[in-house]
Amino acid sequence: MTTVIQFENLSKLYRLGTVGTGTLSHDLNRWWHRIRGKEDPYSVVGQINDRTSGRNSTEADREYVWALKDICLDVQQGEILGIIGRNGAGKSTLLKILSKITAPTRGVIRTRGRIASLLEVGTGFHPELTGRENIYLNGAILGMKRREITEQLDDIADFSGCSRYLDTPVKRYSSGMLVRLGFAVAAHLRCEILIVDEVLAVGDFEFQKACISRMEDIGQEGRTILLVSHNLSTITSLASRCCLLVQGEIAACGSPADVVARYTQLLSEQKAEFHGAIRSAAVRAVDGAGHPQMVPLGGAVRFTVEYETPEEPSAPVIGIGINTLSGERVLSVNSNQNPERLRLGRRGQVHCTIDQLPLPPGRYSATVILNEHGARDIDVVEHAATFEVIDAPFGHDRTGFHAGVCVAHSRWQTDEETIA
Amino acid sequence: MRTAVFRFPFFRHRNAVPDPSTAAAASLSKPAAASSAADQWDEIIRPREHLLRVNFRELWDYRDLLALFVKRDIVTVYKQTILGPLWYFIQPILTTIVFSVVFGGIAGISTDGIPGPLFYLGGITIWNYFSDVFDRTAGTFTNNAAIFGKVYFPRLVVPVSVVISGLIRFFIQMGLFLSVLIWYAATGSPVRPGVWAVLSIWCVAVMAGLGLGLGILFTSLTTKYRDLRFLLTFAVQLLMYASPIIYPMSLLNESRRQMMWWNPVAHVVEWFRFGFTGTGLPSVGGLLYTSLFTAATLFAGIIVFNRTERTFMDTV
Repeated sequence: MTTVIQFENLSKLYRLGTVGTGTLSHDLNRWWHRIRGKEDPYSVVGQINDRTSGRNSTEADREYVWALKDICLDVQQGEILGIIGRNGAGKSTLLKILSKITAPTRGVIRTRGRIASLLEVGTGFHPELTGRENIYLNGAILGMKRREITEQLDDIADFSGCSRYLDTPVKRYSSGMLVRLGFAVAAHLRCEILIVDEVLAVGDFEFQKACISRMEDIGQEGRTILLVSHNLSTITSLASRCCLLVQGEIAACGSPADVVARYTQLLSEQKAEFHGAIRSAAVRAVDGAGHPQMVPLGGAVRFTVEYETPEEPSAPVIGIGINTLSGERVLSVNSNQNPERLRLGRRGQVHCTIDQLPLPPGRYSATVILNEHGARDIDVVEHAATFEVIDAPFGHDRTGFHAGVCVAHSRWQTDEETIA
Repeated sequence: MRTAVFRFPFFRHRNAVPDPSTAAAASLSKPAAASSAADQWDEIIRPREHLLRVNFRELWDYRDLLALFVKRDIVTVYKQTILGPLWYFIQPILTTIVFSVVFGGIAGISTDGIPGPLFYLGGITIWNYFSDVFDRTAGTFTNNAAIFGKVYFPRLVVPVSVVISGLIRFFIQMGLFLSVLIWYAATGSPVRPGVWAVLSIWCVAVMAGLGLGLGILFTSLTTKYRDLRFLLTFAVQLLMYASPIIYPMSLLNESRRQMMWWNPVAHVVEWFRFGFTGTGLPSVGGLLYTSLFTAATLFAGIIVFNRTERTFMDTV
């Protein structure tokens, strides 16, 4: 086993907020420090990458943030390494540095073998060019030689399923065809290391299956794959090893099953921090017989938000977003759905009831947002409340089979019945 | 949302048990392998590279991409237009007509004793190439941010492809200029094309280098300081009026002429026109100065561009 990628103390500092204001003064300051041989004055104030805890720190401290901090990792040949973590944990930054799209702030990456980076499919497609011309263009952008593309043109066309439309400008293609064409080119890259970022999130189901099996093939050919995905089941089924990134640092690394378990546990432990106008938030099942945070499938749920603002908000809107544990927003409601606008005093409680929660069993967390209508957010609290939807008879169904991200009631009839 | 739709319930699970060496690597390993194979790395990604380290070899490796970018630029510009590539001719002809009416007709500015259309067309042909290269390379980072943010390739491929696709446009317009020249020469106008026309090749090379150098310098600075973008159109226009495009250099008095001497574009235009029509005030020292100026600009441009491409995605 040889190491093909080696990350050594890799760190990346990002500047938050509006880039452009004050950059000149910062640049001058930085330059002044550099010519005196001192360290970058702004990397010192850089905080760990945590978007939620920055509220009580000062404005200046918050401006610079470590998106990645001291990543040390060896990737062996033939590994399929999955990388998971919440939005903003540094996954994409890591891949971007490895793909040479942006340079690290500190640390070194050493690589062995040709790297193909697939952060997007169909990069550089030009709508006016034909499918064939775009295969060449996209392939060349990904680093293929013209000869390599010509040799594989038929395979690429077959894989994409667009052979008949090769001489049609791609602006006439459906979005699905575009994605398939893009992936077909990428799938024929000759490389020792493949970097994939959420590519599987696009395309239809059939296409996704083709992608997965293609990646399995690549893995069996002894090539190394680095894979970022929000889809934990993809990671557990594909990856041979998995790394969990939390706030720019590696929190766990090991067998996919263990790391994914650790991740979901971490997600369910997230605690909200109430520092602003939103003082507290609670959730309870309206007619749940059992635990108040356990909502029966298709049941009613009530959120209670307590707030206190310095002055009376003129046109307040309260929004509640419901997320899965991996951070995907599955549902959102807001007070503008009410017949009349919400009127709030300086402090008080607001109740929101969703009568039939269309979510399948699982754990969810609610983000509460308070803002002025059409203006900026007054306060946002992530993971303000968590609850679980538990399996219960749904309609007359007692099988407990709920594939998908939402549930719905359905009525069924046959022709005979309608005639009768 | 999209990812959540399908949970891939029936994919083959990898039944391969991770072998011991993988499991060992699973613990956060210190870079221990470095000592055994320190020299065998193909690539090392560092925070900073040496300022002068420009990988021209890599640029050469991507020559197929370069060719495809050139082709894309040429093929797609006039797609879905009725007149198509005819626009390559129409643009300089219209400009020449406008110049002839406004500057030649209304303002009555001299054209150095040669027919107005020939005078203007000569200036426009060489100037257009420069302004085209400058204008389009100056948008390299901002216009290609979407591609640059997703794939790595030597970024210099993009501005260099502009230089080449601009060259093709230049040759087409050059053909127009030569036809007009031949027509005027055949009808007995006082034009005297000379051996110095050979120098026009150097003129074109200098315009390419200067346009590219200024353009990539500009685009590198624009990634951080967007203000410059608003300056660009103005700067190009100003430079045109400060160059002998619509008026001959001989029209200027001594002090103005000395001021214009420092404008690198001016010498190129004068030499170009002198070569083909035999009029103008070409200066050997001026061309030498222009060439040095171009070399310096190009050098500075490549260094700054090379540095910017490493982190511009964070600021753009």
